[in-house]
Amino acid sequence: MKTRADFGIVFFRLRASDFELQNMPKIKTYEEINRKLKSGEAVVLTAEEVSKMAKEMSPEEIVEKVDVVTTATFGAMCSSGAIINFGHANPPIRMEKIRLNGVPCYEGLAAVDSYIGATACDPDNPKYGGAHVIQDLLEGRDVVLEAWAKGTDCYPRKHIKTKININTINEFTLFNPRNAYQNYNVAVNTTQKMIHTYMGTLLPNLRNATYSTSGELSPLLNDPEFKTIGLGTRIFLGGTQGFVVWPGTQFHTTKPKNELGVPVTNAATIAVMGNLKEMSPDYIKAAYYEKYGVSMFVGIGIPIPILNADIAKRVSINNSQIETSVLDYGTVGTPKLGQVTYEELQSGSIKVGNKKIRTAPVASLAKARKIADELKQWLLKGEFEVTKPVQMFPGNTSLNGLKETEADND
Amino acid sequence: MIKKRYILNFPPQSGDKAFTYHLVKDYDIRINILKAEVYPGKRGSLLLELQGKKENIEKGVEYIKSHKITCESLDKRISWKEEKCIDCGNCTAVCFAGALNMNRETWKLEFDKSNCVVCELCIPACPLNLFEIDFR
Repeated sequence: MKTRADFGIVFFRLRASDFELQNMPKIKTYEEINRKLKSGEAVVLTAEEVSKMAKEMSPEEIVEKVDVVTTATFGAMCSSGAIINFGHANPPIRMEKIRLNGVPCYEGLAAVDSYIGATACDPDNPKYGGAHVIQDLLEGRDVVLEAWAKGTDCYPRKHIKTKININTINEFTLFNPRNAYQNYNVAVNTTQKMIHTYMGTLLPNLRNATYSTSGELSPLLNDPEFKTIGLGTRIFLGGTQGFVVWPGTQFHTTKPKNELGVPVTNAATIAVMGNLKEMSPDYIKAAYYEKYGVSMFVGIGIPIPILNADIAKRVSINNSQIETSVLDYGTVGTPKLGQVTYEELQSGSIKVGNKKIRTAPVASLAKARKIADELKQWLLKGEFEVTKPVQMFPGNTSLNGLKETEADND
Repeated sequence: MIKKRYILNFPPQSGDKAFTYHLVKDYDIRINILKAEVYPGKRGSLLLELQGKKENIEKGVEYIKSHKITCESLDKRISWKEEKCIDCGNCTAVCFAGALNMNRETWKLEFDKSNCVVCELCIPACPLNLFEIDFR
């Protein structure tokens, strides 16, 4: 995350000064936009609204008219979880095995710090997991904490069983290593058997297709090259202000793209953080997928400052210009069967080969719209600033698979 | 003419009376059997669609009830906790009967219970576990 980022900022500055000299198209700064937001003069639109506007306006006109565009998504994001500090008991315990309502949480963080992953569960009770514990705490319910330890001179206690809730714990921080996937595949099933996946229940013989992204409203599809989203970007997270804190895991920027530079399959991601004590249960929801496991719906909204015509062009993209890949989840290796647009997906059916397949979303566009609107109101009221990233994200990244080497049995 | 779906639950002693025949013959009702589970000596459950004149259907339902068979309108046996629904759409993926649909304008879930065939696929498909159907 260094050379390319530095280069990007220098490049931007050079261009900005060039434009001033030559009286070139409009360029706005973060400071300028924030001043307008504070004074109530800013124009804020949702990504859907700007996509409509773009049918009659050029990016150059949009950058003149619009200051911020809000994007949003509300989908199941498995790589999520919460950092909790329980506080010290008297006598104190160095927790070396921890359960919250029977769900295992991480014990390798000092004495009373823990991390509960959304997908964690007790195999004997697979329908209740970490996400449900987070939701229970968020909604103010008591949760049973049980912990064990060997006992030390400074932490003599060996066992504790007590009830905690959102008010008794110290920090309760959402920290999601991989959220808001930039695009996602469409799932179908060519086999004769119904299968159960994180993309929902897939009927046999291509009888349904499920898709997840909010299309033209989706955050990372509106800033496909991370020109404004980076480390430190202030966002809507679970109903409060949160931050982008790192590139998400599996951050992949070199997946195939269409002619508009938008990836046609799942590509980049973001890691996000925010204070769960300020969040709303409307935007954090535990989920259980039959024969798959637990996950968590997370509501994320990202404001995109319209700094220049290029960014205006990116946010103007509409569902007919965003494509994604149709993958067969019934076959090992999930082979690609076709490529469709979000306009087709949202119409209710897609065509793969000669077959017409009924589509269904598995992420909530209604909630995503609500988030984009709420973020828009925050911005218009001057309660929310757009942030210039402290550091831009790396380009040219790809992923390693997990290679299996011969086990060393000596 | 109206069309309405009912769930019938037969007690073990309900015997072998030809109820559907009587519904057709005596009450002029067009019947469509959408789902049936019969365990002789234990219980039986039936999803019936009745089509006919309103008063005939009412009389037909009374006739069934008079034989100690419970007969309740389908929508009373289906529960969807709408206030907790997040409109994700997972249930619409499996609902081939067309009862569960996303409104293409608002993207809110719409549940037209009159189209339900009690396949029960929505129950496990809902990640928030918001559906219950009392068929048995």
